[in-house]
Amino acid sequence: MTSNTEEQKGYNHKLEQQLEKIFAGGQPKYHEKAAQQGKMFVRERLAMLFDDGKYTEDGRFANCEAGDLPADGVVTAMGKVGGQTVCVMANDSTIKAGSWGSRTVEKIIRIQETAEMHRVPMLYLVDSAGARITDQLDMFPNRRGAGRIFHNQVRLSGFIPQICVLFGPSAAGGAYIPAFCDIVIMVKGNASMYLGSPRMAEKVIGQKVTLEEMGGAEMHCSISGCGDVLAENEEEAISEAKRYLAFFPANFTEPAPIAEAVEAKVGRTLEEIIPENQNAPFNMYEAIDTLIDEESFFEVKKKFAPELITGLARINGKSVGIIANQPKAKGGVLFVDSADKGAKFINLCDAFSIPLLFLADVPGFMIGTKVEKEGIIRHGAKLIMAMSSATVPKISVVVRKAYGAGLYAMAGPAFEPDVCIALPTAQIAVMGPEAAVNAVYSNKIEAIEDPKERRAYVQQKQQEYKEEIDIYRLASEMIIDEIVKPSDLREVLAARFELYSTKTIPQPPRKHPVYPV
Amino acid sequence: MAQVLSTMTGTVFTIEVEVGQEVKKGDTVVILESMKMEIPVEAEMDGKVASIAVKEEDFIDEGDLILTFE
Repeated sequence: MTSNTEEQKGYNHKLEQQLEKIFAGGQPKYHEKAAQQGKMFVRERLAMLFDDGKYTEDGRFANCEAGDLPADGVVTAMGKVGGQTVCVMANDSTIKAGSWGSRTVEKIIRIQETAEMHRVPMLYLVDSAGARITDQLDMFPNRRGAGRIFHNQVRLSGFIPQICVLFGPSAAGGAYIPAFCDIVIMVKGNASMYLGSPRMAEKVIGQKVTLEEMGGAEMHCSISGCGDVLAENEEEAISEAKRYLAFFPANFTEPAPIAEAVEAKVGRTLEEIIPENQNAPFNMYEAIDTLIDEESFFEVKKKFAPELITGLARINGKSVGIIANQPKAKGGVLFVDSADKGAKFINLCDAFSIPLLFLADVPGFMIGTKVEKEGIIRHGAKLIMAMSSATVPKISVVVRKAYGAGLYAMAGPAFEPDVCIALPTAQIAVMGPEAAVNAVYSNKIEAIEDPKERRAYVQQKQQEYKEEIDIYRLASEMIIDEIVKPSDLREVLAARFELYSTKTIPQPPRKHPVYPV
Repeated sequence: MAQVLSTMTGTVFTIEVEVGQEVKKGDTVVILESMKMEIPVEAEMDGKVASIAVKEEDFIDEGDLILTFE
């Protein structure tokens, strides 16, 4: 008996020694450097992410024989977040800067396969310098090399939620992990994404830039649109990931979770918020606050293309995705970037059974040579296609104006919204009265020489035009389905979304549409 | 140098500040008219207006200089 215990002590001791090494991560100097940058150790991040800090881990002993590569620089784990089972891969930047060797890649592929089999969300906590070039033959071009990670991400897209939290670099090929995720949360100052580093850019193309300019969190969250949420620090990034996850089901077959209903924020009514002058701006965020459960708004791409607001929220506890024009930014006009932003967000909500609410106050798509060269028609088509093909409940609310293709983009009557609601302030037309009268009567207007007479003529024609597009006329023709008192809108939306919860639209028999990308 | 650039192509509708005026981040400095909408352009930082590069009814492109701070 004694010898048995001794033996056990012996092998347990070896195991404990190994585990100690693994849990310690890289060398102390790398831990110190990370701490100076405001970075947590990978296992601290995981402890903060998972409920009670608990998780199970696979491939823990990967590359343990190498001695200096504990877990081969990545932790792959399964556990509960907000009561929901999830799979996670998390780079350890204290080990060779979080770079990928063959076992690193194999571990990431395996945890993706686990997420697929168990049909649970996959989180990518990225902080990695990319491939270990010395190991490239073992991890780059092969069947189960890094390419397979992206292939898996694509296969999993829309099947389970995929979330990326970027704590540090995501370089070169590694930058495609965020690109294939549903959402990318970036930590200010530390997170970056780029195909070529500033050093490489200087060598190869002679461009001198800082890391932040090349691919920093603020740049990606405001200019490129590759980032969705800009977090002040790591704690905030992790808590935002949890808040986001709470809106989503485990996979596409399940309904979105329902939270406890909360009253809307107390504030001004929609009647007070919306100005009568169609051309004067107002703040759409304030209007959204009157409709949703207080503090439930999770905004996606806040700083990118602010003329279109996209975000998740709850109405009476139920998840909804909001797409709203912001008259305060660029007049709420749709641009190339706003079209892309809306399209991706609509795809996201539709994939995971989150109903859509469109709040329209849109003068149309931008015109002019600049946007035509940028392909505004092609980009606009993406938005309209995403909206049109979404089969979740869709409610379109015309808050004020909905002109031209703007009406189409915001789920106008032709695109089978479950209901198209107008507020009494709504105005629906090909274009606004000023532009329309100029377009139709320009020859006649120019022919009138007396300026007074000309002004009177223009005013008369504008008046006639306004009567033609009067919202009661459109309701009488059954173009819009309902006119709602603004202060009743929240209640109306809550009731209608509740009634639409069994909506099913059969998919047309085809492989997939030809996306206008 | 600290400055405010046009967010959109359009016509300068009104100028809301004067040279020498202290401006806070988020204050509207000019209102443009574009696509028949009034488009407020806000300061992205606090500062004192050094010069104004546009006048009312000027046509300006996205990215054009509107004003500079001291």
